[in-house]
Amino acid sequence: MSSPADNPSEFTAPQISLWRRGLNNLVTVAAITAVIIVLVPLIAVFGYLVYKGIGSINWAFLTQTPKPPGEVGGGMANAVAGSALILAIGSVVGVPIGIGAGIYLAEFGRNRLGDLIRFTSDVLNGVPSIIVGIVAYGLVVLSQGHFSALAGGAALAIMMIPTITRTTEEMLLLVPHAVREAAYGLGVSKWRTTLSITLRTATSGIITGVMLAFARVAGETAPLLFTAFGNQYWNWKINQPTAALPLQIFTYAISPYDEWHKQAWAGALILIVLIVLSVSAVRFVAGRGMLKGAG
Amino acid sequence: MPGPQPGAKSEVALSLEVNAPPLRSSRYSPLGDQIFTWAMLACGLCVLALVGLIIYELVTKSSNSWHAFGMNFFFRSEWDPVNEQFGAFPFVYGTIVSSLLALVIAVPLAIGVAVFITEMSPGWLRSPLAFTTELLAAIPSVIYGLWAIFVLVPLIREYVEPFLARHFGWTGLFEGPAYGIGMLAAGVILAIMVVPIVSSITREVMTAVPRQQREAVLALGATRWEMIRTGVLRNARAGIMGGIILGLGRALGETMAVTMVIGNRPEIAKSLFAPGYTMASVIANEFSEATSDRYLSALVEVGLALFIVTIIINMLAQVLVWTVTRGTPARANV
Repeated sequence: MSSPADNPSEFTAPQISLWRRGLNNLVTVAAITAVIIVLVPLIAVFGYLVYKGIGSINWAFLTQTPKPPGEVGGGMANAVAGSALILAIGSVVGVPIGIGAGIYLAEFGRNRLGDLIRFTSDVLNGVPSIIVGIVAYGLVVLSQGHFSALAGGAALAIMMIPTITRTTEEMLLLVPHAVREAAYGLGVSKWRTTLSITLRTATSGIITGVMLAFARVAGETAPLLFTAFGNQYWNWKINQPTAALPLQIFTYAISPYDEWHKQAWAGALILIVLIVLSVSAVRFVAGRGMLKGAG
Repeated sequence: MPGPQPGAKSEVALSLEVNAPPLRSSRYSPLGDQIFTWAMLACGLCVLALVGLIIYELVTKSSNSWHAFGMNFFFRSEWDPVNEQFGAFPFVYGTIVSSLLALVIAVPLAIGVAVFITEMSPGWLRSPLAFTTELLAAIPSVIYGLWAIFVLVPLIREYVEPFLARHFGWTGLFEGPAYGIGMLAAGVILAIMVVPIVSSITREVMTAVPRQQREAVLALGATRWEMIRTGVLRNARAGIMGGIILGLGRALGETMAVTMVIGNRPEIAKSLFAPGYTMASVIANEFSEATSDRYLSALVEVGLALFIVTIIINMLAQVLVWTVTRGTPARANV
């Protein structure tokens, strides 16, 4: 610890009082305590997930559909598949729009319309997920007349777009202007420059943004409650109610059956493994590409 | 040949060719660029349209309830779907109390973590710690809820609530039967979810405070804590406030974890042990069962109120964070 009192020059600093030194140490201890308190739930959540979840994951859990309450066995295979379907729909809709909007902001958005879109995208980012659910219900479920995977996918797409838009813009702006000028200098048109030069240079950063958005919506439950709704059986049709992993975890967790509680833990473990895998993939990609030191 | 035009910025090379047509490859056609520009513009407008749609949906679908109850909707305590009498006050109350409780628990911890990571931690520990706290934000809300039901709630019921009742029961905040499930459990789980947001923003604004500030205060003979307090925290306070408000926004809109532990009873009780209900939870629980138009409309109106409040809060937070980080280079993600 550096203290002016240790200064060997002829200037004699006043001795730091016991009270000030004590307070300094007290705050240091308090900060360390805060770190420990914050880490405890993290470790506890992961610990319990592994401890409770791993015992309930078996072949049946990964391949079968749910059994009626009270019966032992059954699994969440249809929920995993349903989640994949809903996430695929969400990504197919959300990713191109998000990237497109990001390109607009970075390449054409230095004006008032750009500012407006930037602002709106931040607003959209802050909208609580349950409200996105209400809107998807109004837009898709009401017009179709029933719950569907499509409605769930639409809700997730709405949640993905702002994240992808803003990261795409940030990443494109990191690409040096000279790279664009070099392409223009060769007579390459604006659209080809953007797509095959600028966008390609920023690819790893944009993938990071997409994966972050994906990881964020993969665990979302609230917007699926009254859009995808859930289903006890296999479903591959996009206009039918569909099971989803987070929904199934929710239903099982609040149920009164022990067997279902076990399955909820197993489902949660699978969900978190999928999410952590995608987040680590992001770190891996981001650590290698041009993002190094920038993102 | 004329020299570079005054005011020409990066197009110096092109401006040398003022008399020649713009340099383009023989296959260049303006049509491609136009289509591209319009397509990207369309994507950008999609974002605008989405927010427009959200507002339109919420406003039109809640008009039935708005016309029936007006502003009184938010001050009535009745929630009676059978007789179509709706008042959102218990939900507003539950949302505010659970979120404030979460902030009371989370803010000191989050600032402590941020102070430790930016000012005290040895270099090798900094990055793993930052990553780990941010991992807390990546855990889905439904998993927090699951953990809370089976781990946190029994803990609170067996140990925390009897302790609080014994020592602080006289305040009136901690009395009544210890169910475990209730406002306290909701506040604690929300606090766990809010900490990473507040601490990462706090870290960001603290990093934005110039090094010279710290050095100047240290040179005056301050201890490390005095340096942090006067040199860093005071300069970053607007941004930290922004982080706290952002955390509040997250807590207000949080749905699943709260729904799973708050008890879901539209009651207003002084004791934090009592069950409550939040705006997001009532939508989650009752929306797909709402049979009558007015019932559905009342739920959407709750959603509209939640939407407006979170938007205002997020905007405020962004302005505050921006006042501190403005002008500093793109943050290095520690």
